[in-house]
Amino acid sequence: MTTADPTTAIATSPGDGRRPGRDSLDANRRREVRNAYLLLLPTIVVMAVVVGYPIILSVFNSFQADSHIDPNTGFAVTGGFVGLENYTHWLLQQCATATGTHVACASGTLAASFWNSVFVTFFFAVVTVVLETIFGLWMAIIMNRNFRGRGILRAAVLVPWAIPTAVTAKLWYFIFANGGIANTILNANIIWGSDLWASRFAIVIADTWKTTPFMALLILAGLQLIPEDVYEAARMDGATTVQQFFRITLPLLRPALVVAILFRTLDALRMYDLPQILTGGGGGRGDATTTLSILVVDQVKSGLNSASALSTITFIIIFVVAFIFIRLLGANITGSEKKARKVAKEV
Amino acid sequence: MSSTSVAGPASATAERPVFSELTLAKTRARRRRAAGSAARTAIQAALIVIWCLLPFYWMIVTAFRDVGYTFEANPLPDHVTLNNFATAFDPANNQLGLGLANSLFIGTTVTIIALVVGVFAAYALARLTFPGKGFVMGFVLGASMFPGVALLTPLFGLFTDIGWAGTYQALIIPYISGALPLTVYTLNSFFREMPWELEEAARIDGCTAAQAFRIVILPLAAPAVFTTAILAFIASWNEYLLASVLHSNQTQTVTTVIGQFTGSQPHQVPYTATMAAGVVVTVPLIILVLIFQRRIVAGLTAGGVKG
Repeated sequence: MTTADPTTAIATSPGDGRRPGRDSLDANRRREVRNAYLLLLPTIVVMAVVVGYPIILSVFNSFQADSHIDPNTGFAVTGGFVGLENYTHWLLQQCATATGTHVACASGTLAASFWNSVFVTFFFAVVTVVLETIFGLWMAIIMNRNFRGRGILRAAVLVPWAIPTAVTAKLWYFIFANGGIANTILNANIIWGSDLWASRFAIVIADTWKTTPFMALLILAGLQLIPEDVYEAARMDGATTVQQFFRITLPLLRPALVVAILFRTLDALRMYDLPQILTGGGGGRGDATTTLSILVVDQVKSGLNSASALSTITFIIIFVVAFIFIRLLGANITGSEKKARKVAKEV
Repeated sequence: MSSTSVAGPASATAERPVFSELTLAKTRARRRRAAGSAARTAIQAALIVIWCLLPFYWMIVTAFRDVGYTFEANPLPDHVTLNNFATAFDPANNQLGLGLANSLFIGTTVTIIALVVGVFAAYALARLTFPGKGFVMGFVLGASMFPGVALLTPLFGLFTDIGWAGTYQALIIPYISGALPLTVYTLNSFFREMPWELEEAARIDGCTAAQAFRIVILPLAAPAVFTTAILAFIASWNEYLLASVLHSNQTQTVTTVIGQFTGSQPHQVPYTATMAAGVVVTVPLIILVLIFQRRIVAGLTAGGVKG
């Protein structure tokens, strides 16, 4: 992992097995490893309690039945192993009947809107992340320039980021109200709260406003790592601004950009606050803006084990997206030097 | 020599005075372009500032506007009143004061716990070499990207079973799951950039290990720890998903109060009072962020660009 460790470098260099002091160096090394694990122990224990245990519990629960009528006895019972029933409930919309058979869930039930929620979640994630990347890149390039008033600009972009999402949602709820300022400016009468696509785009606009600054700051930090003399050399060779952007800025920005997009995508896939407050989790026919997170919270009230299956599905979806991201785009999220070297070699 | 390369191969055979005239013209053109691009930068910067601040400005204007003029489109403040703040804080409508106190208490507790636990892990990850380091780092990062709903369902059932539903610990415990990875990750990035040689230098100059830590390392690390604390606090102050399900009347946080804001009149959405509450919740945060602007930006982006 690291190369700049003199102790291991000496101890493992070939042909010096009898070097004096080797034993004490080995002891030092062992002590360092032991200390590292001791220092990590509190974090590992706390994370095991607050994350590990609930997740294991959740996966276990997702294979248990919710409260239902036992078809043999006619009594309401809870629990018992039901295999993948809770998962097929969501993925295939199979609902149990009173007699113990399974039929397609009626429309209007939560299970029936599962695939709609998957679509809504990915729609929000893709559209907001694309918009935020484009606008964030633009903002970052402007913020990276030298001009008077740059301090004001850098302070201003922190404002949307600092506002709690719940407040942001209420603010845009007011802006998009029927008599609100959005309709006044557009001189239109758009019913942002309940029109299918208008309510979705209300969320997209509010999210883009709130999160683009964060994206811009991440990208700006990447821009500042690009040395100015690269641009100077390009200008000497007669590169235009457009060429400089596509041949220098984008390739050199790639590592920072990939990490920023990964963070934002994973964050967008668990979107809850904005649609829950801005459109009451509904909009349109009632599920136009229902993300997977909202669906889980709705289900919590009517059957925890089924909700556990749904939250496990959500977790797996996000995990798979992250995995694909890291594999395809080579996001170096842990900042490991080995990967960084490989990327540096490729560039 | 350099003018030849600028002028290009076509004029390479021309006389010397032609070159200098050409370069002069080019310099002048470049200056004009520079002036033009400065103006363009200023315009774009102004656009960004307006886009970022306008909705926030609208929240403030509405917060101070008489409820009877809620949908007034005048961009300047008018019908100014403080009644909305009175309505927002009126316990008959909403428990805004309680929400503020709860969020402050929960946020502080979570931040302290996350820092006390996480600072050791961050130090180990930044300073020590050990097998499995990359795995631990990936685990920490994975945990910070973890969807809150995956914790919500098991904890809701668990807290109900053990009688913790609606208690403070029912919020503090899941909040730690978000704050701790954030703390470890951010602190680790800061620690990696600290000049640790100074510690060694202090030891060589005769400090004991404790002295070196107290006199040299602590003052250097304090800003990093402080910045991380602000970020962790803001994250827990702004949390809504877990709070909206796990809170009780006693433990409602400020975001849940805002999320379910009700007015004094039934069937009337209390826009102006909600905006007033929003201002109350947001303005202290924005002041905090602007004061520590540099540090916060450093902390926010610390992890993102290490690659």
